[in-house]
Amino acid sequence: MSSLATGLKGRAELGVSLLLGVVGILVFLDANGLVTPYSQSDPVGPKTVPFIVSGLLIVCAVLLAINVLRGGKGEAEGGEDVDLAHPADWKTVLPLAGAFILNVLLIDWAGWVISGTILFWGSVLALGSRRYIRDGLISIALSLLTFYGFYLGLGIALPAGLLEGIL
Amino acid sequence: MDVWSSLMDGFATALTPMNLLFAVIGVLLGTAVGVLPGLGPAMTVALLLPVTAALEPTSAFIMFAGIYYGGMFGGSTTSILLNTPGESSSVVTAIEGNKMAKAGRAAQALATAAIGSFIAGTIGTALLAVFAPIVVQFAVSLGAPSYFAIMILALLAVTAVLGSSRLRGFASLALGLAIGLVGIDSVTGQRRLTFGQPLLVDGLDIVVVAVAIFAVGEALWVAAHLRRTPLHVIPVGRPWMGKKDWSRSWKPWLRGTAFGFPFGALPAGGAEIPTFLSYVTEKRLTKHPEEFGKGAIEGVAGPEAANNAAAAGTLTPMLALGLPTNATAAVMLAAFTSYGIQPGPQLFSSQGPLVWALIASLFIGNFLLLLINLPLAPVWAKLLQLPRPYLYAGILFFATLGAYSVNLQAFDLVILLVLGALGFMMRRFGLPVLPLILGVILGPRIEGQLRKTLQLSAGDPAGLFSEPIAIVVYIIVALILAWPLIFKLIRRNRPAKKPLLPANSGAADYSD
Repeated sequence: MSSLATGLKGRAELGVSLLLGVVGILVFLDANGLVTPYSQSDPVGPKTVPFIVSGLLIVCAVLLAINVLRGGKGEAEGGEDVDLAHPADWKTVLPLAGAFILNVLLIDWAGWVISGTILFWGSVLALGSRRYIRDGLISIALSLLTFYGFYLGLGIALPAGLLEGIL
Repeated sequence: MDVWSSLMDGFATALTPMNLLFAVIGVLLGTAVGVLPGLGPAMTVALLLPVTAALEPTSAFIMFAGIYYGGMFGGSTTSILLNTPGESSSVVTAIEGNKMAKAGRAAQALATAAIGSFIAGTIGTALLAVFAPIVVQFAVSLGAPSYFAIMILALLAVTAVLGSSRLRGFASLALGLAIGLVGIDSVTGQRRLTFGQPLLVDGLDIVVVAVAIFAVGEALWVAAHLRRTPLHVIPVGRPWMGKKDWSRSWKPWLRGTAFGFPFGALPAGGAEIPTFLSYVTEKRLTKHPEEFGKGAIEGVAGPEAANNAAAAGTLTPMLALGLPTNATAAVMLAAFTSYGIQPGPQLFSSQGPLVWALIASLFIGNFLLLLINLPLAPVWAKLLQLPRPYLYAGILFFATLGAYSVNLQAFDLVILLVLGALGFMMRRFGLPVLPLILGVILGPRIEGQLRKTLQLSAGDPAGLFSEPIAIVVYIIVALILAWPLIFKLIRRNRPAKKPLLPANSGAADYSD
């Protein structure tokens, strides 16, 4: 067990391989479950392409696993603001995802103005800004502006939610 | 003649005050996002798709044209003033451009990039206007088997040629094809990969997929590795060039254009190869070899021209065949579809005025870029100082808003987050993003052509090879796939002085 654990350490990329394999199997099972009579007008049918795609996924999964176990490594993407010298900073990413999820849960009930404010404010805080008041004001302004901008400019009515009747 | 009059009509459409306004907005927006780290033209067009759904298609595409060229320009500004290029196509510009900026010649570097981009973009757009109708004439004679083959070629070429790992490219492509399968099968009405979820029946909205992969994935990825020490931005005044700079720049501009356009127009286009070739050529031809590596103006002028000419070239297969070969073209193609416009060779006949207005607005956008952006360069440089929390929170905010406003369903936001996490993982483990997007967009169309082909041949697989163009394309596909094996064999055999094995599949089996 411990030797397996050390063998797997630093090989997080095997997770990609696993994902490819799982998706490949899902695509296969799903296509296999389709029932279609053979039809002259559609000899290929709805199953063929999913089978090919699932084959490609599984082949990629296996080859990638071999590649990673032999020491292959995907090159992490760089960029202007990306500093690959330090490891992934989950203390930033998880709160950021949290703000996002909160917005998903609240948007239909509380409305865009409230959920959007929470999204932007939460994201700015998660990303390390510490000017709470200014950030909050900017968040509220952004949500209100986009709410009215979409309604008046594009005719798209974002949900008003709790503030229905006020906005 | 015909091209000329159509183009003039296009200018007439594009030069109405309203459309001109959209062109200006597009150029400004494009440059701004090109300058801003973390944002690129593909992401911007994706974020704007829902907003522009309320506009006339023509106005929307005029704006997209501005964003497309503006984004290129903005990207070169960043790579000159910071030493970290945002796009792979401006990597080469950064080599000499940043050295020039450090040596106090930022103004000249920006000027040669801007003017070179203008010249290359104008020549490239002119070539596009001339060649696209010729390609269309050729393309309308093609049937389903040839289309199937050409699309396969485009997918494989982009996947296998670009990027550092072919295996990871194919993994990304396969994921994209799987995402493209979700929803009702258009021929039989069967539900595929919907898992009983009624909201998945219509398939995944391409806007949601593009925004998730480009915007949410990028924001999460940068958040995980946010640079804590701010980058040093080199201050710059108004760009200008002296007489000597002009005389050293004009030849590289033209040579860069000559490299860029054909590479961009190929199905496996991309700007990386031509920009690199242009750099190498200028280094060899220069009269000032001692300056290379210390900030030679030729090393900025050539690659920048190549980059923009390639951008124009990419639009040739996009408009004439409906084949996108870079991320921005892919998203623009998705925009066509969301307006109910069928991309492909029929585009020129069915949507002639729109296409010509788009081409005319490319000329206009280019000119506007030169006019607006030379004086604005210092402002763009200031934009680089925008506090990063606001920038990335803003990307997430507008990504959410854009994806939600398509269908007003919170469920789309769940998909946005899931695919955003996928985008994060792809960036972490070096899976290129472009094959996935192309897989989502081209997958369903490839399946359609495949089924049409075999329907015509009554199920006989020989139908796939029933057109000569299809056979030629399959030979090219085979060469691309076998190339690394052939290459390995050549290298392995050369030191041993063995005769070269013939490059057929039988020989390839020995390579492992």
